[in-house]
Amino acid sequence: MTDATTTHVRAPEAVAEFVGATKRFGEVLAADRIDLRIRRGEFLSFLGPSGCGKTTALRMLAGFESPTEGEVLIDGRDVSAVPAHKRPVNMVFQHYALFPHMTVAQNVGYGLRQRRPRLPKREIELKVAKALATVRLTDFGPRRIWEMSGGQQQRVALARAIVNEPQILLLDEPMAALDAKLRGEMQRELLELQRSLGITFVLVTHDQEEALAMSDRICIMGKGRIAQVGTPQELYDRPRSRYVADFVGKANIVSGQITGRQGGMAQAVLGNGVKVVLRDEPGDARTAAEIAIRPEALGLAPRESAVPAGTAAVPARVTHRTFLGGHTEYLLTAEGIGPLQVNIPRQAERALGGHDVGASVHVLWPEGTGLVLAADD
Amino acid sequence: MRLYAWAVYAFLYLPIGIIALFSFSAGRSASQMQGFSLQWYGRALNNPFVMEALWTSVRVAFLSAVLATVVGTMAALALTGMRGRTRKVFDLLVQIAVMIPGIVIGIATLIALVSVFDLVNPWLEALTGWKLSLGTGSLVAAHGLFTMSLVVLLVRGRMETLDGALIEASGDLGATPMGTFWQVTFPQILPAILAGFLLAFTFSFDDFIIAFFVAGAETTLPIYVFSSIRRGVTPEINAIGTMVMAASLFMLIVAQLLLRRSQAQARR
Repeated sequence: MTDATTTHVRAPEAVAEFVGATKRFGEVLAADRIDLRIRRGEFLSFLGPSGCGKTTALRMLAGFESPTEGEVLIDGRDVSAVPAHKRPVNMVFQHYALFPHMTVAQNVGYGLRQRRPRLPKREIELKVAKALATVRLTDFGPRRIWEMSGGQQQRVALARAIVNEPQILLLDEPMAALDAKLRGEMQRELLELQRSLGITFVLVTHDQEEALAMSDRICIMGKGRIAQVGTPQELYDRPRSRYVADFVGKANIVSGQITGRQGGMAQAVLGNGVKVVLRDEPGDARTAAEIAIRPEALGLAPRESAVPAGTAAVPARVTHRTFLGGHTEYLLTAEGIGPLQVNIPRQAERALGGHDVGASVHVLWPEGTGLVLAADD
Repeated sequence: MRLYAWAVYAFLYLPIGIIALFSFSAGRSASQMQGFSLQWYGRALNNPFVMEALWTSVRVAFLSAVLATVVGTMAALALTGMRGRTRKVFDLLVQIAVMIPGIVIGIATLIALVSVFDLVNPWLEALTGWKLSLGTGSLVAAHGLFTMSLVVLLVRGRMETLDGALIEASGDLGATPMGTFWQVTFPQILPAILAGFLLAFTFSFDDFIIAFFVAGAETTLPIYVFSSIRRGVTPEINAIGTMVMAASLFMLIVAQLLLRRSQAQARR
């Protein structure tokens, strides 16, 4: 393109980049100043509930929407005004969008047939056969689309996209139409495919488990904005906001007063006067804050004498107990704090005994667990 | 209730069935069955006036159906691309056009054509020695105008159910907008277009009222039948009617099958 577009510093590891990308549909702000670099070869997921802007972000990458403000770069080049058919990206659609009037092989070869100058017929056939083999559909070329099962159709859609060797493969909720068992299988297959092809994958999903299982990095979105970007572990261990803590895994959110901070740790007093020690976000100076703690970080003790020394204990009453095989989920109410969820692994419960509904117990809060959350926007 | 329904169907279809039955009569009366023969079919097909009227009807029906299909399909595609109030107004106009009685269209088209001819002909005649008049051209124009809205309705209906993701997928795979149209959109809406063509053809082929006003010196088959009835009904008329009906039914059934196929395609 023109020289003006190269004024952006081109990072060799960034295959695509959103620079303040904003998309308005009339009054609706679908994407709000998105800044994100997508690294070459990574598996990145946009995660969020419907209407959070994740699909809009993907469609801006694909070229179906152009940003109202800001830029979208692919390979360091501003593509905001480049239509979809001229972009080096391909998409696997939510309901696959396979062409019903073509065979499987014709579907897969569609992208290759659009190339100008034309590719030799033989070359197209070879590439189609190779792509079909990659998705384990070797002998399915002559079949009609409606003769294929849902899982097979998805693999056709995948082959139709990767046969073009795109810079980025976009996946718009590709598992949504599959049943749970097939979904797990497809997730593993997709991951293997991504590793072997080395193509950048960008996935859109509302399923946090899917995102956690597959992604190198996750971009959590809410209300058109990026809430937090990080590896699955980072997002789980260090959610920056209540929104992220709630969205990735389960979290107890309680409020407390911060009484002191030191070396990445904070002392806090909970609503019922219990003092706890937490991990802290550096640079935060608020005294009233929300605290997040995962249900599996907490423990249960039947009475005060069973609380280990140095561990904070919150008196609570068991309201629900759900046995889930690997662990048991306890719902409790603690005076001055509200509802709490505690997950006890099966093994620990067998060693220490369970607790009945209605029992008075002590919720154990080990030192250094829990996290002070940044204020939500 | 069931008896009532049978009575209604009998009232609708018995006269038609009787015409078909009497067309095989061996006698000379059009309202009496006297033995079985195919002689009236032979007579009708050997009658030069019938054959000429048939040829005129087929020619007009084909040309007007082509006109209606091409223009109607383009209109339907354009309407699908439109948004907001403009589209609503045009959609409504198309729907109204289907409901306007044939006699109104006939008179209106006749007046419009004659006024235009009166305006243009003196100049045309002076310049080329040739002038416009009613005939095949006006028949094609009038029928095409009316049947175009049928095509628009059918193709619009199909476009509405067409999965927009298919269009996006085609673009995503590198097809230009033109390439997408010919490789994806057109094959998807083709059954609806063909069904529209057949309906347009059938309508024009069967139409009497509009043709009666704008035919000029031409005689279409329905006009021929109408004028020969005034000279008395013979089993020959029954035979012609039966043949026209069979041909129309055949085309309507094919159109129905095409539409069903296009609906099945939309569901997949």
